[in-house]
Amino acid sequence: MTYHFDFGWLIESLPVLLKGIRITVQLILIGAVFGVALGIACAWVRALGPKWLRPVVATYVELIRNTPFLIQLFFIFFGLPSLGIRMSELTAANLAMIVNLGAYSCEIIRAGIQATPRGQFEAGASLAMTPFQTFWYVVLVPALQRIWPALSSQIVIVMLGSAVVSQIAAEDLTFAANFIQSRNFRAFETYIVSTLIYLALAILLRQLLAGLGWMLFPRKASR
Amino acid sequence: MTEFSFWDILRNLLLAARWTVVLSLVSFIGGGIVGAALLFLRIGGRRGIQLLSRGYIQLFQGTPLLMQLFLAFFGLGLFGIDVPAWLAACVALVLWTAAFLAEIWRGCVESIAKGQWEASASLGMGYLQQMRYVILPQALKVAVPPTVGFSVQVVKGTALTSIIGFVELSKAGSIVTNATFQPFTVYGLVALIYFALCWPLSKSSQLLERKLNVAHRNH
Repeated sequence: MTYHFDFGWLIESLPVLLKGIRITVQLILIGAVFGVALGIACAWVRALGPKWLRPVVATYVELIRNTPFLIQLFFIFFGLPSLGIRMSELTAANLAMIVNLGAYSCEIIRAGIQATPRGQFEAGASLAMTPFQTFWYVVLVPALQRIWPALSSQIVIVMLGSAVVSQIAAEDLTFAANFIQSRNFRAFETYIVSTLIYLALAILLRQLLAGLGWMLFPRKASR
Repeated sequence: MTEFSFWDILRNLLLAARWTVVLSLVSFIGGGIVGAALLFLRIGGRRGIQLLSRGYIQLFQGTPLLMQLFLAFFGLGLFGIDVPAWLAACVALVLWTAAFLAEIWRGCVESIAKGQWEASASLGMGYLQQMRYVILPQALKVAVPPTVGFSVQVVKGTALTSIIGFVELSKAGSIVTNATFQPFTVYGLVALIYFALCWPLSKSSQLLERKLNVAHRNH
């Protein structure tokens, strides 16, 4: 192999890379917050919500979990405008991530709710709480605590999956890498660097979520 | 300009879907073989080898599949090979699948009680014998549902190979869209075809899990 590696481009390309990192971080922060919120809402519907709404949510979850994120993204960005719904690349990317994470976290959180002992619901009812109050004040937090590790991994997976939003020209880290390598013709080095940045982001995000879990659930799990 | 009927669109997409199926099978079988080798190293090899395979798994689980595809595409090129898209796609997907399967199977092997290892060791079995006659037959039963479940991720993962130019279902979707200007119909159909491929796998994974769980309870 007579190839000579060259990382000299790194310094002048730093601003582009940093902007890409900023967008990727922004995407996953917004995606995680709203995605998990959507997941909680859907999990409530599927486990305890109105009966007529359950099949709707079940269909949504199955559809999203059994199609590639790339196609969901293309459908939102290219397909929806023919129904008159237009949005910017970043909005489409965010929406796709929220919809995607919403479906996965719904299933994860539902598992946490179903692991709640029946007695907790009965105890809530005996204190004259409405079913929703019981869910919100009694069931939800321990349920989230139970599934927090699985939810954290899913958020990291969605962050890594967000690399494909570059395909609709949302200017994330992968988009920055594509841009840089089209200028310096050093494709391999550029992708190595951005892969390592993704790895660092994934490790960082995992630590952050572990810390957040530690802050949110200070008490030991009630079993 | 030629007009495209709904049937034309569907037929072209279905023809391309064959490649999604082929690529999924190659990645899953290849990934299974590499993953099994990785599993043996991860739980039985020397300390250094264990760390190495653990690093491999973390690396592939902690970076985007898209980046791995790019690296395979441009990295193989460094050796002076003219890399066709299908080769880069296969290499990246096999390595990626292997990392995930090895980690899934490790969980299954570790779910086998420690006494089983000790009992087989006390019968004078070597590491490979222990695995072959005692551990794997039991771990296999636990491993089936999550393995089938992961095959869904493999099928969905193949969609990314469209980005490095491999013409499978997603790429065909983009090509057909560019010809017909009907993104809503085309991507809707593409999504439905993926769904038709993945949903039976998801469902059978769930059913298997329920079935094997029942067996577990009867012990």
